[in-house]
Amino acid sequence: MGAQLRVYKRRIRSVSATKKITKAMEMIAASRVVKAQRKVAASTPYATELTRAVTAVATGSNTKHPLTTEAENPTRAAVLLLTSDRGLAGAFNSNAIKAAEKLTAKLEAEGKEVDSYIVGRRGVAHYNFRERKITESFTGFTDDPSYADAKKVAAPLIEAIETETAEGGVDELHIVYTEFVSMMTQTAIEARLLPLSLDEVAAEAKPKGEILPLFDFEPSAEDVLDALLPRYVESRIYNALLQSAASKHAATRRAMKSATDNAGELIETLTRLANQARQAEITQEISEIVGGASALADATAGSD
Amino acid sequence: MAAELHVALVAADREVWSGQATLVVARTTSGDIGVMPGHQPLLGVLESGPVTIRTSDGGTVVAAVHGGFISFADDKLSLLAEVAELSDEIDVQRAEQELERAKAEDDAEARRRADVRLRAATAAR
Repeated sequence: MGAQLRVYKRRIRSVSATKKITKAMEMIAASRVVKAQRKVAASTPYATELTRAVTAVATGSNTKHPLTTEAENPTRAAVLLLTSDRGLAGAFNSNAIKAAEKLTAKLEAEGKEVDSYIVGRRGVAHYNFRERKITESFTGFTDDPSYADAKKVAAPLIEAIETETAEGGVDELHIVYTEFVSMMTQTAIEARLLPLSLDEVAAEAKPKGEILPLFDFEPSAEDVLDALLPRYVESRIYNALLQSAASKHAATRRAMKSATDNAGELIETLTRLANQARQAEITQEISEIVGGASALADATAGSD
Repeated sequence: MAAELHVALVAADREVWSGQATLVVARTTSGDIGVMPGHQPLLGVLESGPVTIRTSDGGTVVAAVHGGFISFADDKLSLLAEVAELSDEIDVQRAEQELERAKAEDDAEARRRADVRLRAATAAR
C-alpha cells in the first residue's frame, strides 16, 4: 500500500471516531433540552403567582421599601452573569460574557461602580484570565440547577442590596442571562431586577388590563413586602438559571450537530482523495508493468 | 350552586395540587386562618405548618408547607411555597429519623421542618 493512501485511511478513521463522539453529545444535549424546558414550564406557575402578588402589594399600598424605591444617586451596581460550567456550546458563553461587558461599561459610564457576581466556570475563567475582580462566584450546578442553588446565588445579592451603599452595599441589581426563545434561537439579554420597575412587573402580571383587588395584608403590608421581595428575586434568578441551562443545552446540540455534519463532509472528501490515491497507485503499477514488459520485449527483439 | 374556591398549591419547581375546595386552613405568621368562598382579598405570609384543604367532593387534602405566601382574590386562592409536600408524599419513617437527628444535633430549623411533615402526615390519617 502506498504511503499516501495509508495517511488518508488513518485520517478517515480518526475523523469517524470524532464524528461518533459529537453525534453522541448532540443526542445527549437534545434530550437534556427537553428536560430543561420542562423544568422551565414547571417553575412558571410559581413565578407568575409571585409576580402577581408583588404587583398587588406594590401598587395596592404606599409602602416604601428599599427594594422598590430608586436611590436618588445610585453609585454602585451588582451584575449577575450566568454562564455554563462547560464549553462546547458554540458562542453561548461568549455572547453572555459580551453582553455583561457591554452592560458593565454602560454602568461605569454612568458613574457607577460595578460588582460582578458570576455563575459558571466559563465566566469565572474568563474574568480570572483578565484579572478582573469577581465579588462572588458559583459553580457546579449550571447543567441542572435546583431551587436551592438559586437561593444560594440570591442570598449574597439580597444581602448586598439591603446593605447601605456606604457600607459596601449596592443600589441596583442587574442580571445577564441567555433567554431560551426556541430550539434554534437563544439570545443573551440583560435585565434590571432591582429596584423593581413596577410598570414592567405590572405589564407582565396582567396582560388583559384587569384591575387588582384591594388586598387585606396579613400581618401588614411592610411585612408581606419584606418577605415577598427576596422570594421574588430568588424566583427570577431560578427562572434565569433554568432558561440559561436550557439555552446551553440547545447551543451544545446545535454546535455538535454542525460538528457532526462537518465531520461527515470531511470523511467524504477524504474518501474521494483516498480513492484517487488508490487509483493513481494502480495506474502507476500498470504502467510500470507495461513499461517493464515492453522493455523486455525490446531486449529480446534486439538479441535476435 | 354552592360557592367554591379555586385553589392552587404551588411550590417553586412544580404545581403540587390544584382543584376546587370549600375551605382552606393555613398558618400565617399571625395565626391560623381559614378561607371560605367570598372572603375578602387577602395576602399573607405563611409559617411552616400544615395546610388543610377541604375539597368540594368532601375529601381532605393536607400538605406540609415550609414558608411562603397565601393570596386570595375573586375566589381564586393561591398558596405559594418554596417547599410543599402532600401528606401522602411524605415518608413518615424518614421524617421521624430526621426529627431524631435534628433533636440530637439541636438544629431548630430541621426539627421544625420534620415536625411539620409528621403533623401533616398524621393529620391526614
